Amino acid sequence: MRARTIAGVLLASVLLAGCTNNDLFGLAGNTAESANSGGIDQSALPNYEQDSPEYFAYQVGDRVFFLVDQSTITEEASATLRQQAEWLNANSDYTITVEGHADEQGTREYNLALGARRAAAVKDFLVGVGIATHRISTVTYGKERPVAACSDESCWSQNRRSVTLINSELTG
Amino acid sequence: MKHNRTMVVALATFAIASISNSTHAQTSVEPLRIEIRQGVITPVPLAIPAFIAESPQVGEHAQNIRDVVVADLTGTGLFRELPKEAHISTVDSFNGPFNFLNWKAINAEGLIVGAVGDNGDGRVTVKYRLFDVFSEAAMGNGIQFIADADDWRRIGHKIADSIYSEITGEKPYFDTSVAFISESGPKSNRVKRLAIMDHDGANLEYLTGGKEIVLAPRFSPDGGRLIYTSYETGVPRVQVLDLKTRQHSAIIESAGMTFAPRFSPDGSKVLMSITLEGNTDIYEVEISTRRARRLTRSVAIDTAPSYSPDGKWIVFESDRSLKPQIYVMRNGGGEPRRISFGQGRYGTPVWSPSGDYIAFTKQNDGRFHVGVMRADGSSERILSSSFLDEGPTWAPNGRVLMFFRETPGSEGGPVMISVDVYGRNLRRVPTPGFASDPAWSPLRK
Repeated sequence: MRARTIAGVLLASVLLAGCTNNDLFGLAGNTAESANSGGIDQSALPNYEQDSPEYFAYQVGDRVFFLVDQSTITEEASATLRQQAEWLNANSDYTITVEGHADEQGTREYNLALGARRAAAVKDFLVGVGIATHRISTVTYGKERPVAACSDESCWSQNRRSVTLINSELTG
Repeated sequence: MKHNRTMVVALATFAIASISNSTHAQTSVEPLRIEIRQGVITPVPLAIPAFIAESPQVGEHAQNIRDVVVADLTGTGLFRELPKEAHISTVDSFNGPFNFLNWKAINAEGLIVGAVGDNGDGRVTVKYRLFDVFSEAAMGNGIQFIADADDWRRIGHKIADSIYSEITGEKPYFDTSVAFISESGPKSNRVKRLAIMDHDGANLEYLTGGKEIVLAPRFSPDGGRLIYTSYETGVPRVQVLDLKTRQHSAIIESAGMTFAPRFSPDGSKVLMSITLEGNTDIYEVEISTRRARRLTRSVAIDTAPSYSPDGKWIVFESDRSLKPQIYVMRNGGGEPRRISFGQGRYGTPVWSPSGDYIAFTKQNDGRFHVGVMRADGSSERILSSSFLDEGPTWAPNGRVLMFFRETPGSEGGPVMISVDVYGRNLRRVPTPGFASDPAWSPLRK
């Protein structure tokens, strides 16, 4: 039972990671379309500058996922966070805000605290791999801002997340 | 807002005339009284004929006030109204005589008689009497109110409160407000606004504009202030709002995030969670000095604190034993003691105003419940069950609770529900849209 849950979570995360890399860009869709439409035109691939916040969000990956009630950084999450750190090292003018989120199971207050724990875990990880602590602020949204609205594990696993936001203002 | 308008509550000076027919054997008759305890309660039939308008100008008020009284009393599930069509007698004079035989004949157990007079200065005089039909005797002295005619809803609630207390022996709760969070928009981007209304849904007002997320308001003990959590600054921060001036300010300028506030019984302090470095502990903040005293020091999540009515104890939620459970500690020190030991997870404990129960949210086997237990954790009683029931708040008399129930899925949303302390009379609280995080006010002054 427990193993199955975890497997489900991992699968959902993988699927979602797939979504982030493909669907958000329409990469797969556009490529397929242009192939089928007789190659009239090049598909308009989004071409974010490598140092842009959009590149960070969509190419590096701005979010990592957590198990139920957990704030432990999973292996998969740590891979994403290392890439985030790499980008942040290369773009050292940016500060970030790490949002911590929870799924709707659990009370409002507990989920606020849990989201704060998740955001702090991500911050600790990033600091641990060399990002200056003053560049990172954290905020919890508890269960207030789900990204997936259904009420089963397929959505809950997407909502138990942290999101690293690149702040628009650069540091001096 | 007219909440602070003077309302003169004068003890009635009516002579309780000896209108009873002395031939009735009263010894064999059960007095009109409801004891609110566990088990099935058969609603007591009441006859509430039209209130007498002593001048044509107040005819509408007489009808409106009576309707509020009827809605309050029947809304408890303890009373039912005998429909007007069943009446075989009318009440033409506030001072009687009343033909009790005709009220007895339709099985009325209580008779409520009311009258509204025009004071000519925008105010009205409203009086009522309650009779035990079987003993043909007045219960209590009746009460006379002089108040602004515009306050007719409050007058109705006051009369219903008085009748409820007279018959049940419990403290009243109808002349109250409910603060809550009004919700609209999609689940992923809900607009949340702080709102306040009468306990029955009337006089709804919005207190914030919806730009920032607001959560979980609580009343000060005098009902004059609300404390709540707002994302106005970008992170959750506890704010206090004066209901008269509508001004609000942060309780403390903390480096961390603050949430889950609750007033002390004397209104001078606030318990809240403060999160620093990802760790959430409970603090007590003195409002005048803004000084915070740390009450828990664990790496666990400690949140949702609530004072006992005497302020000596604090009940809160913690996951120090892995799953969230309810703990009680002395205010000022001492090791917290776990009091919840049933299956599942427990949260949002809140001490009843009378001190006899702690209400909570319980999550077990994929469902949420609202329940109550004794302050030592014994006698757990589950009052509700659904996909998501959460966040109980007590009516000031400690006999009724309100909570919110959220339906699942992308179209789902919360509504507020009231239920009595034994799980009876579960009913939806009317709100125009989605509504969550109810907080029941103290009895209005």
